[in-house]
Amino acid sequence: MANIVYTECQGGQRFWALLGALLMVVAIGAASALYMEHNGHIVTGMSNEIVWGLPHVFAVFLIVIASGVLNIASLGSVFGEMQYKPKARLSGVLAITFLVGGLAILVLDLGRPDRLTVAMTNYNFRSIFAWNVLLYSGFIAVVVAYLVVQMTRTWARYTPHVGLVAFLWRLTLTTGTGSIFGFLIARSPYASAVLAPLFIAMSLAYGLAVFILIRLALENSASRGLGDELLQRLMRLLVIFVGSVLYFSGVFHFTSIYTAWRVGWESYLLLDGGLYTLLFWGLYVILGTLVPIAMLYGRTGVTRQREIVGSVLVLIGGFAHIYVIIIGGQAYPLELFPGYEVTSSFNDGVVASYVPTLPELGLGLGGAGLALVLAMVAMRVFRLLPQGDGVSNADAS
Amino acid sequence: MTEGSQSCGGSCGCGSEAGKVDEGRRGFLAGAVATGATALAPGVTLFAYGTAEAEAAGADPKKRWGMLVDVSKCVDGCTGCVTACQTENGWKTTGKPATDPQWIRKVTLRDPKSGATRSAPVMCQHCAEPPCADVCPTGASFKRADGIVLVDRHRCIGCRYCMMACPYKARSFVHEALEDQKPHAPRGMGTVEGCTLCVHRVDKGVAPACVEACAKSGGAIMFGDIADPKSEISKVIATYATMQIRGDLGVDPGVRYRNL
Repeated sequence: MANIVYTECQGGQRFWALLGALLMVVAIGAASALYMEHNGHIVTGMSNEIVWGLPHVFAVFLIVIASGVLNIASLGSVFGEMQYKPKARLSGVLAITFLVGGLAILVLDLGRPDRLTVAMTNYNFRSIFAWNVLLYSGFIAVVVAYLVVQMTRTWARYTPHVGLVAFLWRLTLTTGTGSIFGFLIARSPYASAVLAPLFIAMSLAYGLAVFILIRLALENSASRGLGDELLQRLMRLLVIFVGSVLYFSGVFHFTSIYTAWRVGWESYLLLDGGLYTLLFWGLYVILGTLVPIAMLYGRTGVTRQREIVGSVLVLIGGFAHIYVIIIGGQAYPLELFPGYEVTSSFNDGVVASYVPTLPELGLGLGGAGLALVLAMVAMRVFRLLPQGDGVSNADAS
Repeated sequence: MTEGSQSCGGSCGCGSEAGKVDEGRRGFLAGAVATGATALAPGVTLFAYGTAEAEAAGADPKKRWGMLVDVSKCVDGCTGCVTACQTENGWKTTGKPATDPQWIRKVTLRDPKSGATRSAPVMCQHCAEPPCADVCPTGASFKRADGIVLVDRHRCIGCRYCMMACPYKARSFVHEALEDQKPHAPRGMGTVEGCTLCVHRVDKGVAPACVEACAKSGGAIMFGDIADPKSEISKVIATYATMQIRGDLGVDPGVRYRNL
């Protein structure tokens, strides 16, 4: 009977050096959060117009990645693609650590992060935000259960069932994340049900890109190899997911153009929005979507370098995409009096300006660092990584 | 296929040797737990908080307090309502409009086709279906039984989702430390605030400060119980055409505008 052999990562010079560097990033994040809490949000670029800034871009980015990175595990236990099974443990752990990293940013960016207990003990069940709190904590619990059934012999038979629950939970979770924006009825850049599937597509693409990069980073010797055939499949999957994001983004913007009160926003974003137009077309559509598709689509024998560059571009484009959605969407003025030109002491009718400050960047990077630190700690403590590519190893046993 | 575990083969570059007990793992785990606990424990603080329901217990559910702004009487350039609100509730501007509190503001409207201009105050519209209260995760944003929409500053965690949801830019986040607060209008850095309809005055039977100030200049703002058909404000609303800002959103604001 074949065995997949899992081992923990034992450390080594590279491991400790990277962990040390990441801990520094986490420390910068913590210092940034303390600085913001002590001085108030006046030290950020955020305002009463751009109420969610760069930290939220990082947080949403990490949260959609967390949801998407679990898909590797789902491919094995839900869709029966057994060659992905050896990657399931790492996939589950990354899902938890990226979610924790994203949530840490959200919590530390609160005006009163010290009132976390208030948020945990008072739920307004009409609020999609409150539902998300439950979806996030439930996600962690479900994925922990998923890992436990995978890693114990006694409960291994429950893996497909728990895996299905985890898969459905992650779909719901990302629907919830997209709905945070979709439910904003008064803002023309949001207020659309299409945001939910768009966020699901984003999670699949960006989560897979992160998984590929982390798995390639672990490939420091033959014993942790990913397997060329499997990697080629993952790259094809990445192309499909990146294309899906473009499709849903297209649907989102085309349906907006058909809606009279949203045409102004679409015209601003797609044509006249300066930085936001540049980020949308230049970084998201061209560099983050079309270029990686051209690099990876329909090719055989794609080189490691091309795989890495393609995945990094997808992530750069994804970050720019979320930046445009969150920041650009708020910068566009709320329309209180349609048909009138409006002026006021509160910049009514004017596109809001936003320049993120260093503490915001520090907090965002700190959250990403935390996700990776926790992943490294987990890899050190638990037996997550298969020897070899898992499949050939199993065949050989 | 079954799964099994054994120690690293030693060829992955991580320094492990096959068959050797990993003594470092337990120490690493203990160190990680200790570091995490030391970092997190001081940050966990328990809070006693008041309840919005208790504060709102005296509100009369048969009433719905509201306003009617007659734009034709609102003097262009007059900011008497804004100044009165600042004085009453203890907020001030510091020349940074994007981060300054904006409980009430004057907006100038210009019809691009005719060139005609109008001026009107905009504040919290005290909606019957307030999006801010719907989205607030902790219930800190709430509507009293008499229609006044408030923020419980003890329960607000400063997530700002209410500011994202408000169609009127009527909510402000306190970006800086505060001083010289009014006892009847508690405020706090890191929480969200907005027009309270001078609830402390209304509960004593006195009209909001902006209404009182406006009566001395243009008399553009009328205040009263819009649920009572016999009230003066209800009679005016029943007689003349009035509108709600973004009435199309279905949030049913308690502030109406006439001659806009």
